[in-house]
Amino acid sequence: MPKTSGPRVGLFVTCLVDLMRPSVGFAAVKLLEQAGCRVEVPSQTCCGQPAYNSGDRANARSIAEQMIRTFSGFDYVVAPSGSCAGMIRVHYPELFADDPNWLPKARALAAKTWELTSFLVDVLGVTTVNAEYQGIATYHDACSGLRELGISTQPRRLLASVKGLELVEMTDADTCCGFGGTFAVKYGQISNAIVAQKTRRAVETGASMLLAGDLGCLMNMAGKLSREGHAIAVRHVAEVLAGTTEAPPIGAPKPAEHRS
Amino acid sequence: MVAPVTSPSFKANASQALANAQLQSVLSGMREGFAARRREAAGQLPEFEALRDSARDIKHHTLAHLDLYLERYVDTVTASGGQVHFARDAAEARAIITSLCQSLDAKTVTKGKSMIAEEIGLNDHLEQAGIVPVETDLGEYIIQLRHEMPSHIIGPALHLSAKQIEADFRRVHTDLPRDRDLSQPATLLAEARQVLRQRFLAADVGITGANFLIAETGTSVIVTNEGNGDLTQTLPKAHIVLASIEKVVPTLEDCAQLLRVLARSATGQEISVYTTFSTGPRRPDDVDGPGAYHVVLLDNGRSAMLGTSFRDVLSCIRCGACMNHCPIYESIGGHAYGWVYPGPIGAVLTPSLIGVDKAAHLPNASTFCGRCEEVCPVRIPLPKLMRHWREREFERHLTPAATRSGLAFWAFFAKRPRLYRLVTRAAMGMLAYAGRARGRFRRLPFAGGWTEYRDLPAPEGATFQARWRGERGGRA
Ligand code: SF4
Repeated sequence: MPKTSGPRVGLFVTCLVDLMRPSVGFAAVKLLEQAGCRVEVPSQTCCGQPAYNSGDRANARSIAEQMIRTFSGFDYVVAPSGSCAGMIRVHYPELFADDPNWLPKARALAAKTWELTSFLVDVLGVTTVNAEYQGIATYHDACSGLRELGISTQPRRLLASVKGLELVEMTDADTCCGFGGTFAVKYGQISNAIVAQKTRRAVETGASMLLAGDLGCLMNMAGKLSREGHAIAVRHVAEVLAGTTEAPPIGAPKPAEHRS
Repeated sequence: MVAPVTSPSFKANASQALANAQLQSVLSGMREGFAARRREAAGQLPEFEALRDSARDIKHHTLAHLDLYLERYVDTVTASGGQVHFARDAAEARAIITSLCQSLDAKTVTKGKSMIAEEIGLNDHLEQAGIVPVETDLGEYIIQLRHEMPSHIIGPALHLSAKQIEADFRRVHTDLPRDRDLSQPATLLAEARQVLRQRFLAADVGITGANFLIAETGTSVIVTNEGNGDLTQTLPKAHIVLASIEKVVPTLEDCAQLLRVLARSATGQEISVYTTFSTGPRRPDDVDGPGAYHVVLLDNGRSAMLGTSFRDVLSCIRCGACMNHCPIYESIGGHAYGWVYPGPIGAVLTPSLIGVDKAAHLPNASTFCGRCEEVCPVRIPLPKLMRHWREREFERHLTPAATRSGLAFWAFFAKRPRLYRLVTRAAMGMLAYAGRARGRFRRLPFAGGWTEYRDLPAPEGATFQARWRGERGGRA
């Protein structure tokens, strides 16, 4: 249940989770509330990364300004994505580097924005979660989280406390899955070659579930695995940590009785 | 004219590379090798990360005072009896080298490995002037036989298998016994050495590149693993060093620092097998050395990069680590990039040298995974520089029209949260309904680049924001 004390956290659910996989957002809320946070979800769209990475600085800036206005009042801003949290933490200050009005605000937001698992472990000191999964899982380090925010041990540490879950590392867990946002569509053929390496490595582990902390990468890998006919369940790490695995895995059909 | 450019057809090049089974098998062999060797070499040196900082600082300092160090370098080269020639562009560099060769009445020139020679298309030009260029680096020798560009900045022929090289040798070395054994890499190397030895002795001029030019002493430095550079520069009458202006470093000490990160980043060696320092022509009591020593310093657009956000590109020491760790390079190899410099460094350097209109794809063909920056010994922020190029392209309307209009459409909604929620709620509801049976789409008309190769997972249904507001209240 929501608490009345504890840090006030603005959940930046990210556009992909908002649109494609709300379960991840609810898992994040559950984990944050269990850790004593008061979670709010202000009206939001996207961090502006698609514009920023396409060279469209003007739109990236106005979307970033909107983000800063929306989230600056919270104690912390948390996103279930290393890529979107990295956009705010690392790239917003770059985006406003020449603007003395906005730069301090961008820096202030950057300083209190966290990716979900690193927020739980590094800020709140959470070491265990109350969840269970029977089976072997493998974890892919999504690039932005790993290289921009240093996220690597935090999710693994939390996963280690999930009852019944055995983590088997895949070879090259820390290499790119080939998603890269619009890259996956603009250079689909190259992206495909890269994700095929990744799925091969995931399948090799014998895991029944593939996890990561970024929905873009997860959709890419899930889409490739299902096209290749592999039955590995693909989920966001937050779903497993929160113990909320009622929704079918990413890209898997809903059970018939739930179709409407 | 510089080396021929196929960068505009990057996508088609990449597609061919992906379909080339031979290339793919060579690439998958490379994939782990380089990265593992670098990791091990870096791991064995506790101060490696500090050395990278220091390497970056040396480069930044030098670039900030490049005019000063170039002046000093010219002075010290001149004092040691050498001569420095500045070339504004490729054409000037070629003209200077050709006239130097002609003044020495040169028929044959031997060449050490030089990316700048590739950049200015030197070999073709020498041939047109009736001068025979002979590449002496094994990889360069092989691609010269095949009339190809290098596919990697430290291993020009890395895209080839031993079988292909054997076939090329049999095709070209027709005066050698037909039944000779060329089944081992060592026998290939021995044959190349044997053929090249005669050429070394016959050469009138030796041309090498330079890894570093030392302002303090007027010395040019090359690193090789074959020792071919030494023969190239000491045996002929004249030694011509061809290098770009940013190769200057202030002192011998600085050079030593950079050497410590160079080989480790490149091949995982502590230091290359040969590191050769050349200062001026042969002095009266030297036992050997060239009679004349010339340095051709190429600008070709580099000084124009100095005051810009692309300055850091000039820090590059050409170790190749960025391409050895690049998922794109690993998938398609070097030739697909369509010009001399492949991989992440190519993606940021090539637009400066041949024009961003021609090289437009290169900085876009990246997932921004950041591994290149993570391993670059001089810490060049390669993804950031690629993004700068994308910004330039966007400003100049070089970004494809479909991408621009797609972005504009998306940004319109992303800037209007309430409208966005209404629109996305409806759209996701429809998509989820369409995908409910399988949970994914095998084909979607607007996402062909995606669904041609993988399924697109279907959305769950209601958006998070709609569900949240439903469950917890608040404005919808
Ligand atoms: S950019 Fe960095 S990693 Fe790439 S070749 Fe240059 S120095 Fe090496």
